[in-house]
Order: sequence, then C-alpha cells, then structure tokens
Amino acid sequence: MKALLSAPLVFVQLLYQSMYLALSQIWANKMRSLLTTIGIVIGVASVTAVIAALTGLKAQILSQVETFGSNTIIVQPQRPDKGPQSHLPWWHFRFKAEEFEDILDHCPSLARCSRISYTGQNVRYGERSAKDVRIVGVEPSWHEVENRPMVLGRKFSIIDEGRPVCLVEPQLRDKLRMDKDCIGESIRIGYNTFRIVGVIERRAQLELGGSSREDYEAIIPFKMSSKFGKPWIMALAESKSTEMLEEAVAEIKFFLRRARRIKPGDHDTFRVESLKSAIKTFNEIALVVTLVAGGIVGISLLVGGVGIMNIMLVSISERTREIGLRKAVGARRSAILTQFLVEAVILCFVGGLVGVGVGKLLTLGIAGINPLLEKTYIPVWAIALSFGFAGSVGVCFGMFPAIKAARLDPIEALRHE
Amino acid sequence: MSAGNGKLIIRLDNVRRIYKVGVERIHALDGISLRLYENEYVAVMGQSGSGKSTLMNVLGCLDRASSGYYELDGQDTTRLSDAELARVRNERIGFVFQSFELLGQLTALRNVEIPLIYSRDGWLSRRRRAKKALERVGLGGRIKHRPNQLSGGEKQRVAIARALVCDPSILLADEPTGNLDSKTSESILELFDQLHREGQTIVMVTHEEHVAKHTKRIIRLEDGHICSDLAAEDDIIGRGDGEGKML
Repeated sequence: MKALLSAPLVFVQLLYQSMYLALSQIWANKMRSLLTTIGIVIGVASVTAVIAALTGLKAQILSQVETFGSNTIIVQPQRPDKGPQSHLPWWHFRFKAEEFEDILDHCPSLARCSRISYTGQNVRYGERSAKDVRIVGVEPSWHEVENRPMVLGRKFSIIDEGRPVCLVEPQLRDKLRMDKDCIGESIRIGYNTFRIVGVIERRAQLELGGSSREDYEAIIPFKMSSKFGKPWIMALAESKSTEMLEEAVAEIKFFLRRARRIKPGDHDTFRVESLKSAIKTFNEIALVVTLVAGGIVGISLLVGGVGIMNIMLVSISERTREIGLRKAVGARRSAILTQFLVEAVILCFVGGLVGVGVGKLLTLGIAGINPLLEKTYIPVWAIALSFGFAGSVGVCFGMFPAIKAARLDPIEALRHE
Repeated sequence: MSAGNGKLIIRLDNVRRIYKVGVERIHALDGISLRLYENEYVAVMGQSGSGKSTLMNVLGCLDRASSGYYELDGQDTTRLSDAELARVRNERIGFVFQSFELLGQLTALRNVEIPLIYSRDGWLSRRRRAKKALERVGLGGRIKHRPNQLSGGEKQRVAIARALVCDPSILLADEPTGNLDSKTSESILELFDQLHREGQTIVMVTHEEHVAKHTKRIIRLEDGHICSDLAAEDDIIGRGDGEGKML
C-alpha cells in the first residue's frame, strides 16, 4: 500500500528534482541557453504576433458587422477583371440613380434598399467654414440599414426627399461652432442652403469598401445630391432574414445585370457583397496568412529543436559522471530519461516564455502601425498553443539525447573524464 | 577462507567475467568463489589489472557475471532484469568512490537525498533520513554547504553518508582514500572503523597496505583469481616492508 502510494510521489519528486536541476543548469549557462533557444523564441514570437494581428483584424471586422447588422448587402460599381471592358476607365461603370428604381419590387428577398451618393463640398455657417466635407445622400430607409443613432432632432422621412434639409455630425457642428442645439439652423453646402433637422452620431471608424479618413460628414436626401453634379453612387440593402441573404444577393445581381443591360456571358460591372461574404473572404485570407506564417514558424521551430538537441547532447556528455552516479545509486533508465526530457522541455518553455514576451512587444508595435489593427491582442489560446509547440519540440528533440543518456553504462559513465 | 559467524551476505560461486576485445577473450574474473558474512570488514587488494575493479562492479550489481552464481542477501542476482538490479543497488548497496562523485549544484543534504529519490519508500522521510546519515558521519553542521565549500575529507564524508542513507546490506568503497592526503585518509578510515563497530558490512578496494590494515580480512587477487584470503593478522605480506608486494 505504502509503495503504491509513493509511486506517484516518486514521479513528482523526480519531476521536481529534474526541474530544479534543469533550471540551475540553465541559470549556470545563461548565455548558452539563450542562444540555444533563439530558434524557439523566434518561432513562438512569430506565432503569437501573427495570431494577435489576425485576431485584432477579425475583431475590428466583427465590430463592423455589429453596427451594420449581419443581413447587410453592399452594392458597388466595379470594373470587370477580364473581357473587353477591363480597359475602360472606372467612371464608365458608375451607377446611375435610375438603375435602382423598383429594385424592391424585383427582389422579393430584400427588406429595404437605399441608394447612397458621395460627394465632397465646402460647408459654411456664417463666417466659419469646413473644407471638403463628405456629403452623403441617402434615402429614408438608410436609417434602418445603417442603424446610426440620432443625437438630436429627427431622422429623414419620405417627405424629406427633394427638400433642402440635412443631418450633421456633432464634430461638424462643433467645427462650425454652432449651438449644441443647432436644429433649424441653415448651412451652405456648396452653393445651396440646407436646413439642419437632426444631429447624427459619427459612424464607426472603418468603412468596408470606403476610406477611413478622419473627415466631416453631412447627410442630405438622396435626390438633393443631383445638385452637386454626378456623385459617386452605391447602394446599401438588407435582406429580410439571414437565411435569405444569399438569395437576396443573387436577386440583386440578376436585377442589376438587366438594369445595366449586360449581355449573357459578359462580366458583371458591379460587385454585390454581403458582410458575411466579406468575412468569408477575410477568413480565407487569414487562413493563407496563417499557413504561410505556420510554415515559417515550423522551420524556425525545427531549427530551434536541432539547437535544443545539440545542447542536450553537450549537457549529457558534460554530465556523464552524474548519470553514472545516479544509475549506481539506483536510478532506472526511465528516471534518467525523465530527467533529461524534463530539462529539454523546460529549456523550450523558457524559450517559449521569452518568445511570448517578444511576441507581446511585436503586437504592441503592430497595433501602433495601423488603426485597422488597434484591437490586436494575444488571445490566451495562442499562448497555450505557443507553449504547446515549444513543449512538443522539447519532447521530440529531447528524446534522442535522453534515450542516449538512459542507455549509458554506469561503469563506463563513472570512468568518463 | 575465513568463516564468519553472522548471516551470509554475499555468496559467489565460480564467478567469471569475460571481456571480448576483438577476437581475444580477457578473463577479468576467472572463477571467483567467496563468502562474506554480516559485519565483516574486508579489503580487496591487487595490482592494476588483477580484476579487483571488475569484482567490485560485479559485487555492486553494476556489472553481470558472464557465468557463475552470485547471491546477495539471500537473493539470486544472476537472473534479475536491469530495473531489478537498479533496485538492488538502491536498497542493498552503498557505493563510495575515489573521486566522491558529488553533484556540484546540490547541497550536501540534497546530495545525500539522491538515492532516496529513487527508492520505493524513502520519499516522504528523505529529509530526515539524509540529515541523520550526515550526523552519523559527523557533518551534521554542514548540511547546507555545496561540495565546493567542503574540504576533501568532508566531501568523502558526504559521499559515505549518501552510501549509508538507504541502510545498505553492504558498503562498497573503491579506493576511498585515493584522492586524500594521509592525515585526512586516516580520519576517513577511522570513520569506516566506527561504521564497522556499529555493525556495517564493508568491502574496500585498495592497493595501499596501510589502508588494508584497518580491515579484519584481506583478499588478494591476481589475474582474476583469489591468491590469498586471510584474516588481517595472518596476512604476512602486508606486515613486511613494501606495499602490494607479493610472495
């Protein structure tokens, strides 16, 4: 009974002793250990940094989905990659406002659809002005698709179409130094006067398919955008349910091909994207990046592993007499094997720890480079994965030296100089 | 062959150990038969190449006899597996080496604990037992010292404590004073004498007559044979003028 009870204790003690010996061995040879583990450090650091960057990007995109809603569909003009039209200039493909007429009647899966126009104009209020403000023309249903909360005033409704009214962001209001409550005030957009009927919250930073410039924005009824020449037009639609999303995309494609008179066999001159498909695209890119990074990491871990194996062989040859002694006083092969395997694994874990630290620094650097990546962080599972990798490298590459140590003949080992 | 009156600890019957070097066969042990009893104090002597180291390795279960029968403490060791031999070494045999073989990173106490780590039931009591073993060799006050903080004699005492910590049936010492000056040697030998008085069975390999004089029985080897096995007072060779000189 006592022997039965102490068997796991012996193992624990063996592990403890092995860890103690391994750490003191590593501490005694600080420089050597550091150089040895550099492959592991690089491997683990790149794993964590890549995973952190991808996670951050994904979080950013998902937060975008949250503001839009997952049923949202974006329709934009696009020059085909192939065919005779691929040489035409981009403005040749811009949407015309009438191309979207009656779209809801022809697309039963769509709940709503809003054309959106973009143009840049100077905005003036009394003496003060803001240059190159983005003027967004929208239809009333845009409010439901885009879901941007109002700060003050009211949303657009059907009666506003064709009337010179507008919504402004709080930032633009402050830039023009208007009152907090600026409802009813008139501003000049280009050469036209618009009356402010509401203050709308600024949209989330990243805009899929648009720019992420920090500039001001005013919103006017879609029909009013014809006052500013030929604006850039796109459309934002929403399917009736998530299940109908794919269908809605197909319906829009069919509808637009007819509206734009695209002959069968010709390529689309527009792009219909749901956020779902954007996420899918992102996931595909992320997978490729992960695989490439995985390949690099695999190579550096392999190199690191060979380094570990080398240093373990050196360590074993330095400590041959110790092995001999341990065997003489009753250590079995398995005990010696455990000791050296633990040492290799600990060496790798130390490398992994340093690697995660370096990865953390890299992550901070990445987050600073691009606002797209500001949500970058290292998930816990990535750290676990890194340590898992480091540990298995330790086991794989530590095994051969450990077996070599376990097989040493005690008499020979004690005679070793 | 001097007959003991205690319990039989070691029984060797016609033990041979043959090494093959190329096509040549070297008989390191060529038919050794031997009985050792409890509380005997024995010196194994012989010139280099006489087979005394091989005998020591076989007695210590570090090496296997090529043929013959070896019984330790009533157990036939010739058919044991490597793992079983490791256990025999752990529980029944204490080794003391010429060059101490202490681990430099560990304190004296930790060094003495090593055999208990590998033992079946020594784990829970290892600290207490290691301390007791160190007190027994007179080093109770230096348990926290590392080998490089100890003198040669103290190092060998730590090694002896390590050999004793599992309470072995037999203590095997291989030239235990070989790396020590004469004064320290004498104090280590006195420690062995004391252990003998306390009832420990000791086998010591040496080529120095003054070391062998401390023992009660001297076995002399030559070319793998026992050429003389006498009580120390009857061993006339050592009483003469030289060291290791044969008749």
